Amino acid sequence: MSKKTLLNSKDIEIILHRLACQLIENHNDFSNSVLIGLQPRGSYLANRLVALLKSDYNIKDLEFGLLDITFYRDDFRRRDEPLKATSTEIDFLIENKKVVIIDDVLFSGRSVRAALTALESYGRPENIELLVLIDRRFSRHLPIQPNYRGRQVDAINHERVIVSWKETNKKDAVYIEQK
Amino acid sequence: MDQLSVAHLLGIKYLNKNDIDLIFKTADGFKEVINRPIKKVPSLRDITIANLFFENSTRTKLSFELAEKRLSADVINFSAGQSSVKKGETLIDTVNNILSMKVDIVVMRHGNVGAGVFLSKHVNAKIINAGDGTHEHPTQALLDSYSIREKLGDVKGKKVVIVGDILHSRVALSNIFALQLQGAEVKVCGPTTLIPKYITSLGVGVETNLRKALEWCDVANVLRVQHERMDIKYFPSTREYTQLFGINKELLNSLDKEVVIMHPGPINRGVEITSDVADSDQSIILNQVENGVAIRMAVIYLLAQQIKR
Repeated sequence: MSKKTLLNSKDIEIILHRLACQLIENHNDFSNSVLIGLQPRGSYLANRLVALLKSDYNIKDLEFGLLDITFYRDDFRRRDEPLKATSTEIDFLIENKKVVIIDDVLFSGRSVRAALTALESYGRPENIELLVLIDRRFSRHLPIQPNYRGRQVDAINHERVIVSWKETNKKDAVYIEQK
Repeated sequence: MDQLSVAHLLGIKYLNKNDIDLIFKTADGFKEVINRPIKKVPSLRDITIANLFFENSTRTKLSFELAEKRLSADVINFSAGQSSVKKGETLIDTVNNILSMKVDIVVMRHGNVGAGVFLSKHVNAKIINAGDGTHEHPTQALLDSYSIREKLGDVKGKKVVIVGDILHSRVALSNIFALQLQGAEVKVCGPTTLIPKYITSLGVGVETNLRKALEWCDVANVLRVQHERMDIKYFPSTREYTQLFGINKELLNSLDKEVVIMHPGPINRGVEITSDVADSDQSIILNQVENGVAIRMAVIYLLAQQIKR
């Protein structure tokens, strides 16, 4: 099993700053915008972006939540392994807000589809955008594309993209692994 | 521990600690869901559930029905009063007729002990026991423990006294199993006539003095006297029962600590518990009802997960 480094910690830092700037370009001071990280893996990227926006770009009031999509997935009872729920932490409504969904890797698009359904429970937003760190091209099952992407990758099906964060794996890096 | 170790929920005695942890963790997710503006998830939209209640029920039936609807399952209801059971149909025939309408899960309450176990051996559906005679009422015990965990942080090491009619109570037996599995200490308290003879063999203490029991415990789970199950007189009068085993504000105020008060319902106000206690801040009776929906959603979700397409 070979493993290739796609992004190192320096690359990821630059990308995070770029994504933060792109968000500010569209959302100004975030007074009418909310960021939603998808549990479990998208929460690291979301937390990192929120911290960066607050510390380096002087965004003060930022509404930020974490969404668990387990109960909205379309593969319930269709896979061998049981689905595992994590927590949802959204203590505000998204009625008329601009929502940015944040996840680490965009692959089939099915998680994002589930997240769109789940978000309906919190109101009717003005619009919803998608931000991902890694966009795997040619692997989509649904017509879903990101508005903000860290890096586009042409990984083929038997390859896996692994995102490691220093919060859990000691260092920031993105790898491509042959299965 | 992502999957229940059992194929049906027939009683707490068939579960292990991991099962309970998994149910609670899943229920945490559903508790968040039922506090949203839109309290519904689409998980079970291709599952059909039959609620078969051969015995009367208000809370449990509504709670199950709501849990099923919140999960987007299709629901059919059946009450023995208006059914062909009165015309002499057997339990297996009744249920098989219902299953031929393509039902995946059966929630059943029945007056006979072991009705759920019996059914699980003879019909092809997931069975959830919603109370079988004086035997078990597993979802009630789960929601009781869940409510204790929510109020006190943990069930482990807590002292719980179950007060009242232990002899006729399925809630008591399921609670004893569930609490012990999670490392709580359990005592029962009531008139000696309403305490089963061999209850100590389950490792529970017996106390016939209510004051002493309350001084010992962190939580008091108060049960109703089940007159409908009593074929003989077990105590001289309701008035005497209330004097000896009724919980009132005066008694609680005279203790040097705050005991958490629980009741599975229905309450006979003024008999086993006075109104001012039932409605006080130490009572978590209505939290129990709210948690009941989340717990039942978790149990149904986890069992449905095992049904392969």
